[in-house]
Amino acid sequence: MSTSGDAKPPGTGAGGASGPTGASNPDTTGSAGTGFGPQEIARRDVSGSTAGRAREGMFGIQGSGDTSGFGGLRLPGYAPAPAERPYGGWFDEVADEAAAALADDPDAPGVGFDTCVHQVTVDRGEMTWYVDREHLVRLARTLRDDPALRFEFCSGISGVDYGEDVPQQLHVVVQLLSMTYRRRLRLEIALDLDDARCPSLVDVYPTADWHERETWDMFGVVFEGHPSLTRILMPDDWNGHPQLKSYPLGGIPVEYHDAEIPPPDQRRAYT
Amino acid sequence: MTETQDPYAASSRETTEGTVYTVTGGDWDELVSETSGDERIVINMGPQHPSTHGVLRLVLELSGETVTDARLVIGYLHTGIEKNCEYRTWTQGVTFVTRADYLAPLFNETAYCLSVERLLGVEVPDRAATIRVLLMEINRIGSHLVALATGGMELGALTGMTNGFREREEVLHLLEFLTGLRMNHAFVRPGGVVQDLPEGYEERIRAFVDVMKGRLPGFHKLLTGNRIWRERLEGVGYLPLDGCLALGVTGPILRSAGLAWDLRQVDPYLGYEHYDFDVPVETAADSFARYLIRVEEMHQSLRIIEQALERLEPGPVMVEDAKIAWPARLSIGADGMGNSLEHVRRIMGQSMESLIHHFKLVTEGFKVPPGQAYVPIESPRGELGAHLVSDGGTRPLRVHLRDPSFVNLQAAPAMCEGGMVSDVIAALASLDPVMGGCDR
Repeated sequence: MSTSGDAKPPGTGAGGASGPTGASNPDTTGSAGTGFGPQEIARRDVSGSTAGRAREGMFGIQGSGDTSGFGGLRLPGYAPAPAERPYGGWFDEVADEAAAALADDPDAPGVGFDTCVHQVTVDRGEMTWYVDREHLVRLARTLRDDPALRFEFCSGISGVDYGEDVPQQLHVVVQLLSMTYRRRLRLEIALDLDDARCPSLVDVYPTADWHERETWDMFGVVFEGHPSLTRILMPDDWNGHPQLKSYPLGGIPVEYHDAEIPPPDQRRAYT
Repeated sequence: MTETQDPYAASSRETTEGTVYTVTGGDWDELVSETSGDERIVINMGPQHPSTHGVLRLVLELSGETVTDARLVIGYLHTGIEKNCEYRTWTQGVTFVTRADYLAPLFNETAYCLSVERLLGVEVPDRAATIRVLLMEINRIGSHLVALATGGMELGALTGMTNGFREREEVLHLLEFLTGLRMNHAFVRPGGVVQDLPEGYEERIRAFVDVMKGRLPGFHKLLTGNRIWRERLEGVGYLPLDGCLALGVTGPILRSAGLAWDLRQVDPYLGYEHYDFDVPVETAADSFARYLIRVEEMHQSLRIIEQALERLEPGPVMVEDAKIAWPARLSIGADGMGNSLEHVRRIMGQSMESLIHHFKLVTEGFKVPPGQAYVPIESPRGELGAHLVSDGGTRPLRVHLRDPSFVNLQAAPAMCEGGMVSDVIAALASLDPVMGGCDR
């Protein structure tokens, strides 16, 4: 349990010391004495893997002089907790094999597993590696070619936009599948919105071609080395990247029984 | 005269009638003059072509009748389903994803719901899982029938088309009886299914299985031994196993290349490991092999349907957790709509708390713990994956469907280039792309 009433934002500088459950534990500092004043909303500093905006108030109401107490509800942004050894199941084996394969790689000596992958997360039976983009292609090639890994199939590549108040809000998500060993692995690359560049995986997985074009189209991620990075779903002359959170949904208000119902993105949201 | 002349402006001359403009086809003339030296022709098939499953555009470069370069242009059916889901509750998302691949709506719903359930950490009751399997296999037959029907039409086998759509009508009638809608059912819901199957479902499904067992062999009689059909399909649209893996191709196309990769068997979900069925595999890696696989898969689906009927035990069709499950236990009323008069009586007359709970759950929705999940299932076209991300709220942060049509279409140039232009249609038909799923 976190100590409520502590004015310091919880988790700052904790750097994973609070354990795996610490991050997702909702920290309610809504008790008396905290007040409704402006307060820095806490976020764990796990660089590149914060994946969720901080919350304030129960109904997203702000600056209304809410006296119900709901306004005092504050939740830190969610950051997936780093997994600790043993990961369980085949997860350890894959990590060990990848580390061994990367260490043996004569092309890039000294760039080991820990350099390529800055966090390993095991959540809901799925393994995610948070990868530095400089090493993405090399890591993917190792994962594909190493006989003990054999992730020979790329299921898909897509993007996620975690919203404006999240550091490194754009994530590129690569779903890999090893048909040989029947394993699935997810690689995730966190990017800044103003430096949304990621090396292309087309050389390793030719199927990445359209996936990367879609991710460029929808999120504006530039895949460097892609043979022809053009729009794929939207028209060629479209402005903007529709899946970004800053891009409105659009829509027109609907009149129904003399009442006007606003478009979905302008309705009150209970998030 | 302006200093820079528009190269595409129409030329004009003055006549007694007024100015007459001669409009030419934009850059088309230039394109033709560029290529006229060496027999190269660029043809544009689509954006709307009767032989394409939806709105697909093909740009083909021909040398004589041989395709030297094929390029696919997609996106004409992009409807922003993924974006729209972010503004609706988790339950409402089902009504959007069901419209992505409109020939396999129940698969979209199930993939999405399985992913939500993994995020929630709940397991659906046995009866709900079996109902999902039952509906999906009925849906698979319908989808494969359309693949055969449209494929037949595209190659001029019009009886194949009429027979295929006649059989599919049986599927749609059955699905309408079971779920209330012919397509876009929105019947699967996070936590289970909307309501239990209506009375008399077993007889109806058994009758359907009997009808199908009588009619499916007709495809073999009509097409399999048909010389024209075989010559149009055999050796056409060849894509070997390494090509499939590199291009991410799954489903019947992958199995036609010799790999028995069916997620129902290699990575079972919803209790598929308890069903006894075969995964048909061919090694020819051509359009005819894919046709054979689809026909055989329909027979296997009938087997699964019969086993699912045996496995259906009475029980709940929704998780017990009242924070997720819709509070009403709906049943189909006389008007064909799901309703629960008992529940209405309770919330309107007896329990204020129940009314509040109902209101909150229906309007606000339930919260899903933050995190992400990717759940793949075997749709009629291959691996259909739902990648969902939650930030802990009542609405998804991101919904992404890895649709097999989108990925499989990438293989079309590899199948078509070097072949005859007439074989492009046969190869594309064997891919069975559905543009609603491809463009989402």
